[in-house]
Amino acid sequence: MELLLDSLFNGVAIGSVLLVAALGLAIVFGLMGVINLAHGELMMLGAYTTYVTQLIFKLPILKPFYNSYIIVSIFLAFIVSGVVGILLEKTIIRKLYGSPLETLLATWGVSLILQQFVRSVPLAYGTGLVISLIIGLFLPTTFPPKIKESINFKYFKFSSWILAALTGVVTGSIISSTVSKLSRASARNVDVTAPSWMRGQVEILGTAFPKTRLMIIVITLISVIAITFFLNQSAWGMRIRAVTQNRQMSDCLGISTEKVDIITFGIGSGLAGVAGVAVSLLGSVGPNVGGNYIVGCFMVVVLGGVGNLLGTVLASFGIGIMTDLIGAGRFLTIWPDMPLPLSNTINFFATTSMARVMIFALIVIFLQFKPTGLFPQKGRMVEN
Amino acid sequence: MSFSKFKFDKKIVLSFWIILIALIIAAPTLLPVFRLNLLGRYLSLSIVALGVDLIWGYTGLLSLGQGIFFALGGYCAAMYLQITSSSEFPNNIPEFFALYGVEKLPFFWEPFRSSVFTFFAIWIIPALVAGLIGFLVFRNRIKGVYFSILTQASLLVFFNFFNGQQKLINGTNGLKTDVTQLFGQMVGSESMQRLFFWVTAIIVIASWFFAKWVVKGRFGNILIGIRDDEPRVRFTGYNPVIFKTIIFSIAGGLAGISGALYTVQSGIVSPQFMTVPFSIEMVIWVAVGGRGTLLGAILGAVFINYAKSLVSEALPASWMFIQGGLFILVVTALPEGVLGWIQGDGPRNLLQRFGLKRKIETYPSLEINNKAGNNE
Repeated sequence: MELLLDSLFNGVAIGSVLLVAALGLAIVFGLMGVINLAHGELMMLGAYTTYVTQLIFKLPILKPFYNSYIIVSIFLAFIVSGVVGILLEKTIIRKLYGSPLETLLATWGVSLILQQFVRSVPLAYGTGLVISLIIGLFLPTTFPPKIKESINFKYFKFSSWILAALTGVVTGSIISSTVSKLSRASARNVDVTAPSWMRGQVEILGTAFPKTRLMIIVITLISVIAITFFLNQSAWGMRIRAVTQNRQMSDCLGISTEKVDIITFGIGSGLAGVAGVAVSLLGSVGPNVGGNYIVGCFMVVVLGGVGNLLGTVLASFGIGIMTDLIGAGRFLTIWPDMPLPLSNTINFFATTSMARVMIFALIVIFLQFKPTGLFPQKGRMVEN
Repeated sequence: MSFSKFKFDKKIVLSFWIILIALIIAAPTLLPVFRLNLLGRYLSLSIVALGVDLIWGYTGLLSLGQGIFFALGGYCAAMYLQITSSSEFPNNIPEFFALYGVEKLPFFWEPFRSSVFTFFAIWIIPALVAGLIGFLVFRNRIKGVYFSILTQASLLVFFNFFNGQQKLINGTNGLKTDVTQLFGQMVGSESMQRLFFWVTAIIVIASWFFAKWVVKGRFGNILIGIRDDEPRVRFTGYNPVIFKTIIFSIAGGLAGISGALYTVQSGIVSPQFMTVPFSIEMVIWVAVGGRGTLLGAILGAVFINYAKSLVSEALPASWMFIQGGLFILVVTALPEGVLGWIQGDGPRNLLQRFGLKRKIETYPSLEINNKAGNNE
């Protein structure tokens, strides 16, 4: 019993990281048919945001609130990754609408640039750049409608970008002069230390669980509930669902598909940022941190099917639990005296990397029976 | 994408071939061994690019997992070299086995003692693996992005597998070929490298002709049909699964040959051949050169790799930026690639923009009608 609980918990912990990372990917894929290969790098941005937030909260002014930095960084990571995602959508992905393979390649290019950016630009100035992006993208939308509709709106837009650039440079230099760790570029991995209330373990039913893992499960739970609520209860959520089901029809009925695309992509990228916070709690943060999770996310999307959150949830927990069962060789402990060839096979696959091999084989077998995932979208189209 | 080729003059084509062959024969004496070796490697990479062009440029299947077949070919060649030059080691098996306490050659390596078997294995094994993966995926009408990420996932699976199996294939360390013997000579030696260059050049040309033959005629037309409208091909009575599986295994076989040639020239094969970035790079060679143009794939592979080595020597950090920018640029601004742009309407449009060439009036009657319509 204890063993089963332990295994289940481990599986859920692995699965919840996968879930929060794959959630954004799945929503975007459902809506636009686009797989964002830079998703892992958006996660990395989220993880670095956590690191920067942590260092800034160590400053004397913010020191009293240090323990709550992780909560703040969840919101910041959502905003940072979301803004970068919106920029990506506005500049590149929109141009490639209708050719998903080309989008795949372009987003790969973006991921290379983001990786190298983190390596060769000091984090302080990176923060400044993100701040100026936020101001530049959002300041024009807050103007009163009178200005927005006037012919000279482009000058207002231009001047707000200049203001944004100035603010970015100033904040970048301030951060760089106050936090010495952020003032130099480095390709080395950095570590996020959890605040004291998150260290240690909790005992539930006689088994000890690390608190960081529980925290990740909580983050995932909140994200899933928030997204479900948003998609099912809000007006924009309804529009997103409508466009996911039938883009042309929604367009005809007056839904601005352009806005829907931006909002969805922003939210999807923001969720990647939240996943980045979760990832930063598990290990050290480096430019390649996203790559470790991204293929797992793809598998979740493939297995879960398009346009259904339940599929994504089930697929990630399924993969998580199977990874733990195979990777730790738990079948042997459940059934110790199994025949030798079988136990040899299980031992052969009882490492993390070999468990991946096995999981992939299982997914391919599964796809032979259900090629469009657990919950396929119903329709009568030839192409889907 | 336009496939209207403009025909070159016969004399130009002939002189192109004469110059090309003269260059290939002269290259080993003109270039220092280091550069010659690099050029040979890039040429061998252009074979895998040809395969990518066949499946992506002609059939519309974007595979992000060609590294699997590339590495399989490399492993076949490297293991043959290791086994045949292991006579002085204990148990007559390659040296690294002793490190992990293996005393007998694993059974599946046994056939690699024979050179004839290896010669066929280098391309048949990758082709079979590709055919199997392809069949399982295509059978279920999985395509588009799904296919791409499934191939990427299988690449990662193979990478994990090869990385973890020390006892069978020396795991992370890979297999070295530099100090092995072939025809009584050191593989890493200068004369052998020269020979490999010539062999590579000949095989590149041969596989170019092979690829041209594949895309010619009905078979090629069906491939293009699958790319442009697969359901229609199916409704016309063809089974796309068979054609996709065949072309995918052809590309796999080409990747295997390419991997074998690359391995003997770089001196090592390791799971690094199966990393995700390397396989995506293969796609960008084709994209820059021009997909749907076989020559573009070859030129793209050679020139981008050459540029990569030049840039990495001068400014190591900037290559990632350049490469990332290249991905974005070629996809958004130059979707046909350089050669496709030249063969298509690109140069004419450019000249028109500067007023150097007269605008060709297509459907002049239509435009007049339009104007009339506007006046109403």
